[in-house]
Amino acid sequence: MAAAPNVYTPRIDKETKLVVSGLKVYFPLRRLFLIGPRLHVRAVDGVSFDVKEGEVFALAGESGCGKTTTGKAILRLVDITSGSIIYKPSERISKVISTVPGYKKVSEYGHVNILSIPEKYYKPLRQDIQMIWQDPYGSLNPRRTIFEILEEPLDIHKLALSRDERIEIVAKILEDVKLTPPEEFMWRYPHMLSGGQRQRVVIARALITKPSLVVADEPVSMIDVSLRAELLQLMMDLKKAYGLTYIFITHDLALARYISNRLAIMYLGKIVEIGDARKVVEDPHHPYARALVEAIPEPEPERRHVIKELPIKGEVPSPINVPPGCRFHPRCVVLDQQPALRSLCTSKEPPLVEVSPGRYVACWLYAKK
Amino acid sequence: MSETLLEVRNVKTYFYTLRGVVRAVDDVNLELSRGESLGIAGESGCGKSTLAFTIIRLIPPPGRMVGGSIVFQGVDITKMSEEEFRQKIRWKGISMIFQGAMNVLNPVITVGDHLAEVLMLHKNYTKKEALAEAAKLLQMVGIEPRRLKSYPFELSGGMKQRVVIAMALALNPPLVIADEPTTALDVVVQAQIMNLLKKLKRELKTSIILISHDLSLIAELADKVAVMYAGKIVEQGLSDYVYKTPKHPYTQGLLGSIPRLRGEIRDLTWIPGVPPDLRYPPPGCRFHPRCKYAMEKCKKEEPPVIEVEKGHYVACWLYA
Repeated sequence: MAAAPNVYTPRIDKETKLVVSGLKVYFPLRRLFLIGPRLHVRAVDGVSFDVKEGEVFALAGESGCGKTTTGKAILRLVDITSGSIIYKPSERISKVISTVPGYKKVSEYGHVNILSIPEKYYKPLRQDIQMIWQDPYGSLNPRRTIFEILEEPLDIHKLALSRDERIEIVAKILEDVKLTPPEEFMWRYPHMLSGGQRQRVVIARALITKPSLVVADEPVSMIDVSLRAELLQLMMDLKKAYGLTYIFITHDLALARYISNRLAIMYLGKIVEIGDARKVVEDPHHPYARALVEAIPEPEPERRHVIKELPIKGEVPSPINVPPGCRFHPRCVVLDQQPALRSLCTSKEPPLVEVSPGRYVACWLYAKK
Repeated sequence: MSETLLEVRNVKTYFYTLRGVVRAVDDVNLELSRGESLGIAGESGCGKSTLAFTIIRLIPPPGRMVGGSIVFQGVDITKMSEEEFRQKIRWKGISMIFQGAMNVLNPVITVGDHLAEVLMLHKNYTKKEALAEAAKLLQMVGIEPRRLKSYPFELSGGMKQRVVIAMALALNPPLVIADEPTTALDVVVQAQIMNLLKKLKRELKTSIILISHDLSLIAELADKVAVMYAGKIVEQGLSDYVYKTPKHPYTQGLLGSIPRLRGEIRDLTWIPGVPPDLRYPPPGCRFHPRCKYAMEKCKKEEPPVIEVEKGHYVACWLYA
């Protein structure tokens, strides 16, 4: 059977910043005594999505669903098993990498398949795709001053040669992340800063190479609630000032609804639903997405009187033994009400199909059989 | 009003560190009726866990309760000797669900032995009786009794949390303190655990003190809520009032910073600045350096506690 016309296929046009297609990241397990089958943790198992320039794209899901690994794969920080990542670098970086071996434009707009560029020549692209890490307590070297932490990327990428120049750039970026006056923060060590201030340093470190795509992995989940909104506002201001595109990895769907344009919900290494962030959260289609939204607590005291009906059963299976067919089927309560679908759901993986413009769901309830 | 179960009066718990005295809990008052649930909200370092440890008398050194009284079922438990407290109150009267279920269980002891230990110590059960009772407890929290023989590493995070809850319920105490019972759990599992706590509250009529930084989570369970800031309770009252008409600027700020699932998208608010160092809390109202309504008075004098409506108390000069 030919693919139905409404199955998700990534398109590349002028506004496309990034296209991930069929991305798989498997981590091999050690075999006992070299016998038995080779087992893999299928952390990311065929993920496709596209990100538009200047957009905030959220990747959401529970722990272990592969959202962070997907983010790391985009930075080539993990070995990619298969799939492709098409990326449109900024003009500055495009010029630098156009001479390296393996460089081949895949579109007239300057997109390149970043996986075809050998590791050895990949460094310029690392300036252009940066990451904001989750834990500001773990991601800053305690034995270095803020200046030394922020100076390192400048040194690695040869962005500033003299010390005076570096001090100037570091001071500028500290001002940008509102750690002012910069002279006061530059010579401190991380332990002298609060969690929120540290996270600003982490953001500054990501932005100091002037990237155009930033992968932010749960940037506020370790920060106190009262300070989160301030950091998010800062990130949005910086997005405007630096012309950034964000991939925002989060487990907080309510937050994704506020800050992102589009949202993809992942389950066990696959995207189950993708679309406009507000629409997905307010009216989730996929049975898993529905359960996830239903489970989120809200500050409404009337809810204490009701015991929530959670439309989900069981627990997340291991990514080593992914259930056949739709990987959600053992936990799906909708399936129990639709016995006609059972043979399909348990044997064949549902495609990601368009249910309304820009809205895709991977579920046999919506796909053409 | 039904029978008062717990009364916390002017409790002060300080930590005497080498670098100064940390006033983690400073003059806190609470009241809880039988069967009622109370949520204590606040950011990290506000003293909410210390308050819980003070009630169950497990303050880690160098902390010490230095003032106030705690009356439980009509008896001042702060006057009891350690031995009397251990025999009569801890676990029999007040038990606790500790933070971070992942690490609370001993990895080399089975689930059954964890549960049986409490029963053998407090009820003088034989091992056999204790294990039979443990099976019932597991069933109550939604785990199959065959899991008695399992070791903690064989269980998922949510199941471990259920075991920790079962341990807290072993002696059917009238009051259970749950300190961030769902941190490190995913949202679906969190909702299941909250459902379980609601069920226990309803069926066993257990009073629960739920401690969390998440006001949304507290709304799922608590009849009453107390908001703590820098060692003090700044606002407390019935949940219906506090969530609908928050009075203290700190509570308003916290509620404004929560993104919502439905409705119009308003800009999230935040509270500028950071909580104070509890060794040197600011004079006057402890919140004044971060408060947008701060007046001259706030910087000098500590605000009194005012009853703004029935059973809704605020410590703020705006209402004095």
